[in-house]
Amino acid sequence: MLGYIGKRLLYMIPTLFGMSLISFMIIQLPPGDYLTSMIATMSESGQAVDPAQIQRLKEIYGFDDPFYIQYLKWMWGIVSRGDFGWSFEWNQPVSGLIWNRMGSTLVISLLSLIFVWAVALPIGIYSAVRRGSFGDHVFTFLGFIGLAVPNFILALTLMYVAYRYLGQSVGGLNSPEYAEAPWSLAKLGDFMMHLWIPIIIIGASGTAAMIRILRANLTDELHKPYVITARAKGLPEYKVILKYPVRIALNPFVSAIGWVLPHLVSGVTIIAIVLNLPTAGPLLFRALVSQDMYLAGSFILLLSALTLVGVLLSDLLLALLDPRIRFN
Amino acid sequence: MNANDQITLSPTASNIDGPAISPLKKGATVSTAAIGPWRLIYGKLIRQKVAMLAGAIILFLYFIALFAEFLAPALPATSKPQYTYAPPQGISLFTTKPDGSSEFQLHVKGYKVEIDKIALRRSFVVDENKIIPIGLFVKGPAYKLWGLIPMDRHLIGPYNLNDPMYLLGTDRLGRDVFSRLVYGTRVSMSIGLIGVAVSLVLGVVIGSISGFYGGWVDTAIQRVIEIISAMPTIPLWLGLAAAIPLTWSPVNVYLVITVIVSLLGWTSLAREVRGRFLSLRGEDFVTAAKLDGSSEMRLIFRHILPSLTSHILAVVTLAVPTMIVAETSLSFLGIGLKPPVVSWGVLLQDAQNIRTVATAPWLLIWPSLAVVLAVLSFNFFGDGLRDAADPYDN
Amino acid sequence: MTDLSPDVVLSVENLSIDFTLRTHILHAVQNVNFQLKRGKTLCLVGESGSGKSVTARTLLQIVDKPGRIVDGSILLRNGTKVTDITKLAPTGAAMRAIRGKRIGLIFQEPMSSLSPVHTIGSQIIEAIRLHSDLDKKAARARMVELLSQVEIPDPDTMADRYTFEFSGGMRQRAMIAMALASNPDILIADEPTTALDVTTQAEILDLIKRLQVERGMAMLLITHDMGVVAEVADEVAVMRFGRVVETGAVDKIFHDAEHSYTRQLLASTVKLTSHVKAADSTAALSANAPEPVLSVRNVSKVFGWNNGAKALRAVDNASFDLYPGENLGIVGESGSGKTTLGRLILRITEPTEGKVVYRREPGSEVDVTRLDKHGLRAFHRDARLVFQDPFASLNPRMTVKEVIGDPLIVNGLAKGKALEERVAELMRLVGLDPLGMERYPHAFSGGQRQRICIARALALDPKIIIADEATAALDVSIRSQILDLLLDLRQRLNLSFIFISHDISVVRYFCDRVAVMHKGRIVELGEAEQICTAPKEAYTKSLISAVPNPDPRDKRLMHRHRFVAPAIEPAHV
Repeated sequence: MLGYIGKRLLYMIPTLFGMSLISFMIIQLPPGDYLTSMIATMSESGQAVDPAQIQRLKEIYGFDDPFYIQYLKWMWGIVSRGDFGWSFEWNQPVSGLIWNRMGSTLVISLLSLIFVWAVALPIGIYSAVRRGSFGDHVFTFLGFIGLAVPNFILALTLMYVAYRYLGQSVGGLNSPEYAEAPWSLAKLGDFMMHLWIPIIIIGASGTAAMIRILRANLTDELHKPYVITARAKGLPEYKVILKYPVRIALNPFVSAIGWVLPHLVSGVTIIAIVLNLPTAGPLLFRALVSQDMYLAGSFILLLSALTLVGVLLSDLLLALLDPRIRFN
Repeated sequence: MNANDQITLSPTASNIDGPAISPLKKGATVSTAAIGPWRLIYGKLIRQKVAMLAGAIILFLYFIALFAEFLAPALPATSKPQYTYAPPQGISLFTTKPDGSSEFQLHVKGYKVEIDKIALRRSFVVDENKIIPIGLFVKGPAYKLWGLIPMDRHLIGPYNLNDPMYLLGTDRLGRDVFSRLVYGTRVSMSIGLIGVAVSLVLGVVIGSISGFYGGWVDTAIQRVIEIISAMPTIPLWLGLAAAIPLTWSPVNVYLVITVIVSLLGWTSLAREVRGRFLSLRGEDFVTAAKLDGSSEMRLIFRHILPSLTSHILAVVTLAVPTMIVAETSLSFLGIGLKPPVVSWGVLLQDAQNIRTVATAPWLLIWPSLAVVLAVLSFNFFGDGLRDAADPYDN
Repeated sequence: MTDLSPDVVLSVENLSIDFTLRTHILHAVQNVNFQLKRGKTLCLVGESGSGKSVTARTLLQIVDKPGRIVDGSILLRNGTKVTDITKLAPTGAAMRAIRGKRIGLIFQEPMSSLSPVHTIGSQIIEAIRLHSDLDKKAARARMVELLSQVEIPDPDTMADRYTFEFSGGMRQRAMIAMALASNPDILIADEPTTALDVTTQAEILDLIKRLQVERGMAMLLITHDMGVVAEVADEVAVMRFGRVVETGAVDKIFHDAEHSYTRQLLASTVKLTSHVKAADSTAALSANAPEPVLSVRNVSKVFGWNNGAKALRAVDNASFDLYPGENLGIVGESGSGKTTLGRLILRITEPTEGKVVYRREPGSEVDVTRLDKHGLRAFHRDARLVFQDPFASLNPRMTVKEVIGDPLIVNGLAKGKALEERVAELMRLVGLDPLGMERYPHAFSGGQRQRICIARALALDPKIIIADEATAALDVSIRSQILDLLLDLRQRLNLSFIFISHDISVVRYFCDRVAVMHKGRIVELGEAEQICTAPKEAYTKSLISAVPNPDPRDKRLMHRHRFVAPAIEPAHV
């Protein structure tokens, strides 16, 4: 088991490397660099440009160096001192801006994942066991709708409905009166009240997809000989199903984290922009629009790394669940 | 089946020489013995009512896309500031003449202005007393069909060019939402199709290279695919799209957005193609063909690809909605397609502000419905296709 | 309905089961009657699709969905009373109390019949505690006792292992232990040994029979193999297309059958216990042409890293000759390397070492292992392969004409009208009606498909045909027809066969000489008659004596040779 974990961790390294390369390519993508445009804007508006400051930035980020040197400098900064670069727009280190935002992104993504599982598991089992029943048809139809409605449209619709019929605006994670307040039970309650809407929106399509996966897998498993064996022992039907086929159909359910999590993180990003949530999304968006590339690239890298951690967790969970993986 | 193992020309229901079967309903059973695979697939597909309906809707959407200029009553960019946020009108069939009798006359109702005393806002409401006659195949604003054929006939429109006819309302600048939706269909649906085509080419080419060379080339490509598909798509799309210079022409932006969208879409296609390819390669009938003396090319094109095409078709259909949603999301955020190009996403940009939506909900409803309808149809149709893709699987 | 005679534990009366399918209703079981008696074994024998498995599962009401009982009753003795199982709700408590407790069940595929994610022990303990009030500790002790009863060594440790850590035979033993967990008085064994090697089959049959006698259980054994029937049955019911065509004591069925189907089934089986004498003996042929057409010399295949710790020698130093007009059998159990050897000769898999010499005409010699792409294609025209699975080896998207014609087209031998005529000729040659030329493979039965495969192999006028388990997927009556077809073709076309099989009776019937493989090595090579009647090597002896003999008056398994593999496994380097 330990060897397995070690192997998985080692496996992550080249993937992380690839992700960082892609992120850096995105940093480099916009024509020209931020420094040049900043100097231009500053001198245009008549502000004094501090040549020493510029020289310092040039040296740190090596704007005159070739691509791979710049990349290595960036990576070295991250690995050696947690320095993700300089946000030119905010005029402070990127590392000072990202962690809060990444924290809330993580919380919302994980809560959405739990939501997806909690809803998809019972419905998936029900749909597979009662295949073709009225309930199955209803869930299948709802599932298709969940898959088909892009989550930002869902968010807009819910916002409209809440605004129009409940007269309140849903957005943010805290009511204004708690926004600046220190954390307390009341604030937590308020936070929870705000949280469920984004979680449902973000989880909707993932839930629908998971229901379909579980339903398909469980339907296959339900006719395997080992189920008949369990039945032939005299086990009650619910035990036959929960203890054997469901247990095995859980495997794809767990390994689906690998793609559900990137999906959820994507969802958090766009929904946060629509609902104005204090997560990575709006800041990333703003950074991209203003071409504050170190900030944007760092977010992309960290969001990718987040999904990678999710994949690792799902691998470990899978190994716990299935002895065939543990032993091979 | 029967013991002397001679060829049976028709399946018999004889009790002695075969398994006992009786038909569900009276009537002859059709033998599928000499029916080709594509006809079997078609037969299987056509039995799925929902998939067929979805297919019809897809065809309908592409029909709209094809004849957008003719189907839209107005040009997408024509704005009439005197009619901002005008609500949708319904089409009525009969007018009442002064003497009280009814007369057939297609028409919509006009608008009147109402002032909200409290909010001090001016807003349009449909005036039941104003009748604006409209007709089919009427003369309207001049356009060039497909940018080539100059025409001025429209499927539907007011007889008097200056009369307002806004079946789905207007936007902030007084532009006809219905016409813009029709034009948006062309852009959004074509991005889905072109994006999938680019993805498929990338996927097939890279997937084949991966499968053909195997070894470290395969490993490297698989790792790249893994990395790309583990990265959350929206941040990546945002990053790529944000790099498009603001000065580029709409056509260039359109092309680049298509490429960006398909850049991330090809991985799942390549994976699917590779997986199926590898499993088919190991099949006995492929080994048999190899021993028959078939060259590598013949093996692929005569024996492997025909078994693969129907599955690829299904996967491709299921990939189109991803492309459509991607374009819509990017344009909605304002870093995809930009006005004056009209797409469903660009239309939804007007619905970003919740107060605007509250005043003019049609700005959210109709483009959203279009997106959902398209995505739903592709999903249902693709699902049906996937179920039918293997005609020999029971 | 309550008067069952005292020794009858279960009586099936007029049972009929229908499956409502999409296109038609399948009457899977029609008016079936039989009785299970205390301490006796009833064998339900029939070919695929005869409805025997469905019948067995119905006794526990575990038939999958579209199947339903339309008529008849299943009467189970319940102390002094009698219960009709068909009247019980399938998921009700009364039915569940019968499953496992009164009737135990063993399946064909022990791998897929046991859960892969639960330990063997926990699955058996579950069965024990379900029908008793033993606590966990007592149940575990009982489970260990059961495992030792089914002769699993070191049961206490093995109980905590998973199915994939068990061998096929061990899994089936565990499955038996589970079926016996609650001391049922009826045991249903559904093809319990079909997925196993012949030596393992002999052991498992032995075990089942012994446990049944010890416990005085009634047993219903379902099988397609008349040999197995002869070894274990007291009574036999022969099923065909959902009906029982004949019932009777085992001796009567084997020596005085009434129904023509029973006799035909028996004849196909018995025929394979003898060796066919070809009209012009191949011994004479090989005497005239002493030079072999194919010589395999010291061929080995190592999978995994060369000489590494985990390297597996799938084929180890194999040498033999194939003479013109000869049928050479390669026989062995699963994992013996026989299929790999066949593929090495054709270089579908590249041999690690050794050489294969092919002589197209006397005097001309080519080393197949050194041929380039072009030379290999020429060799593949002369040496053809027939696969085991006639469903997987035909492209479902090509018509029969395209399948058989493909080798002719790629080798540029025929096209257009000539191609069609040649295909028709080939189809007639293998006993197919050329009218079926435009049809797709799915329209043909298993035996017919195998004929198509043979026609494809013959299309290029080959010298050698390598048949890899070519009859293993077929029912016994079809099997002997295909073998006779191959024998006839050998005569007419002067072919040489390498016939790879796990089935000793098939090899004995078909082959002139036999090579016996065990763990990658050829352990014995000789005349078929000699190998099958007077084997020299210990392994061959155990193999031959494990083959069930289709004659209840001469049960071979009772006094078979047991082979204990040497402590050092020669297959691993």
